[in-house]
Amino acid sequence: MAVYITTPSPALPPPSNSVGVLGWMRKNLFSSPANSIFTLIGLYILFRTIPPTIDWALFQADWVGTSRDACSGEGACWVFVTVRFQQFMFGFYPPSEYWRVVVAFSLVGALVAWLLIERTPKKGLVGIFTIFCYPVIAYFLFYGGAFGLPVVETYKWGGLMLTLILATIGMFCALPIGIILALGRRSSMPIAKSLSVVFIEFWRGVPLITVLFMSSVMLPIFMPENLQIDKLLRALIGIIFFQSAYMAEVVRGGLQAIPKGQYEAAEALGLSYWKSMFFIILPQALKLVIPGIVNTFIALFKDTTLVLIIGLFDLLAVVQSAFADAKWIGYSVEGYVFVAAIYWVSCFSMSRYSQYLERKLHTGHA
Amino acid sequence: MTETQTQQNVSAEVMVELRNVNKWYGDFHVLKDINLKVYKGERIIICGPSGCGKSTLIRCMNRLEEHQKGDIIVSGITLDDDLKHIDRVRRDIGMVFQQFNLFPHLTVMENCCLAPIWVQKKSRRDAEATAIRLLERVQIADQAKKFPGQLSGGQQQRVAIARSLCMNPSIMLFDEPTSALDPEMIKEVLDVMVDLAHEGMTMLCVTHEMGFAKTVANRVLFMDAGEIIEENEPNEFFDNPQSDRTKLFLSQIL
Ligand SMILES: Nc1ncnc2c1ncn2[C@@H]1O[C@H](COP(=O)(O)OP(=O)(O)OP(=O)(O)O)[C@@H](O)[C@H]1O
Ligand SMILES: [Mg+2]
Repeated sequence: MAVYITTPSPALPPPSNSVGVLGWMRKNLFSSPANSIFTLIGLYILFRTIPPTIDWALFQADWVGTSRDACSGEGACWVFVTVRFQQFMFGFYPPSEYWRVVVAFSLVGALVAWLLIERTPKKGLVGIFTIFCYPVIAYFLFYGGAFGLPVVETYKWGGLMLTLILATIGMFCALPIGIILALGRRSSMPIAKSLSVVFIEFWRGVPLITVLFMSSVMLPIFMPENLQIDKLLRALIGIIFFQSAYMAEVVRGGLQAIPKGQYEAAEALGLSYWKSMFFIILPQALKLVIPGIVNTFIALFKDTTLVLIIGLFDLLAVVQSAFADAKWIGYSVEGYVFVAAIYWVSCFSMSRYSQYLERKLHTGHA
Repeated sequence: MTETQTQQNVSAEVMVELRNVNKWYGDFHVLKDINLKVYKGERIIICGPSGCGKSTLIRCMNRLEEHQKGDIIVSGITLDDDLKHIDRVRRDIGMVFQQFNLFPHLTVMENCCLAPIWVQKKSRRDAEATAIRLLERVQIADQAKKFPGQLSGGQQQRVAIARSLCMNPSIMLFDEPTSALDPEMIKEVLDVMVDLAHEGMTMLCVTHEMGFAKTVANRVLFMDAGEIIEENEPNEFFDNPQSDRTKLFLSQIL
């Protein structure tokens, strides 16, 4: 019988045509004649569009000044944005009270960062503070009426501030309501189940514009004279109900994906319905549907622009109203680009955070 | 092995009693007039062809399934629609599943501590101390910080056993605990179960591991089509089956 003695073979470097920039280009961009043609066409299109855009937005653009005379007209006229920046941010909020808005947003920014960043201590306490105390603080900061803060009526709120208020409150309320609705829809109790189904199907079946119109035009007609609810609040409730119906269906998708064995194991250990939902089912289900939840958040964030049709001045509405200013006719492109940039940065950050969250929560199971 | 010794461990106290238990899935009669008494310290093996109702039978004992007729009495508590009764029964019965059913988003330690903390209201420190002791007993304490997805099947099933034991149950139900395992992992799980049996745990185990049955069981139940056809002590059961259906079944699996 032959005896084979093998020594371990040394690891060889990969062949040179498969590594480095050239290798990558050969493999991905020029692997066939057709591929090469598409690559060249693509490069040509990029070459014709990207440099002029950058040129317009940055190099040829005018940044400083106080009126349109400062703009040469060769590039973007960001002066339009800088001059009206405060209005774009705060709407018609009195300038002497701007600090209140800044404090309120800085505070929530800090709290959320505290909760989202890993390895910060006392997350539970901060979470409770954020959920129960912060809304009260924020209410008095934005609206005033106590602690010597003058009242600022909600019709003066506007710009990015209003957009963020609508979006954040919408998200914070739509998620828990959506979870309750999803649990209700899967419940074995007939009343809870039918109420959830009716609620979800009703709000999913009507367009958001209709909801907003109803809330601003119809509701006041039916409501008694002495019970007038603030217009902003009505719009907000409309947005919350509308989005929580969508959220409910997203969450239900996650609940359905959890194997029956998880419910059974929780039951067999003696966990009650709510405890098994809270500790076992929801953490897994919500993790599964993070992309769907963030999708709904992004939709909600952008849908807030619809409040402009009922006369609330969110970011887009404020910018659009500035186009009407006779001194600034013809600078709508700059305005829209500015609005688009703010929306894009916000939505893209949400998307990136959700990807990070998915990676972090991955514990080695499907 | 120690036939006489295991016999001695059985006391006269009835842990589980089933009286004329019947269950239907729609029109399908799954359990037909089941009568059974399980005494403290007994180790009962339930076997029978696929679909005969073995899982359904033991799942009725902790109300994962509802029976429609007859009485099920566990540790003196009658299982009915009263949630308090169900709750108390579930605290007293541990269950191990074929598919392990560990909670994949929690570590091994958290899997073991969740129910003691939130159902039995133990302090976290007590719960962890118990968990470590039981994880050591199933020889897996070194994996306590891992997630279930990072363990082998045999390790996961041992964690599942430890998780049930953390609730300090007086009865353990096993539903084909080794059927989803590769052959080389079956033994490590069976060893844990043999240990448990020798310590006097009352066990009901659905399994086709006949070697295990001979080692630990003091009774073997054979079910077919929703009925208990035959019931005997293991050596008699395997060497000298009475009914034709039992003989046929044994000839197929042995
Ligand atoms: N939820 C259900 N609805 C309707 N029929 C069911 C349901 N669960 C089980 N059955 C039926 O009841 C019978 C008994 O099922 P059970 O799971 O108890 O069998 P088993 O003896 O455990 O079989 P196996 O060895 O395959 O696990 C089977 O015929 C099955 O098809
Ligand atoms: Mg079964």
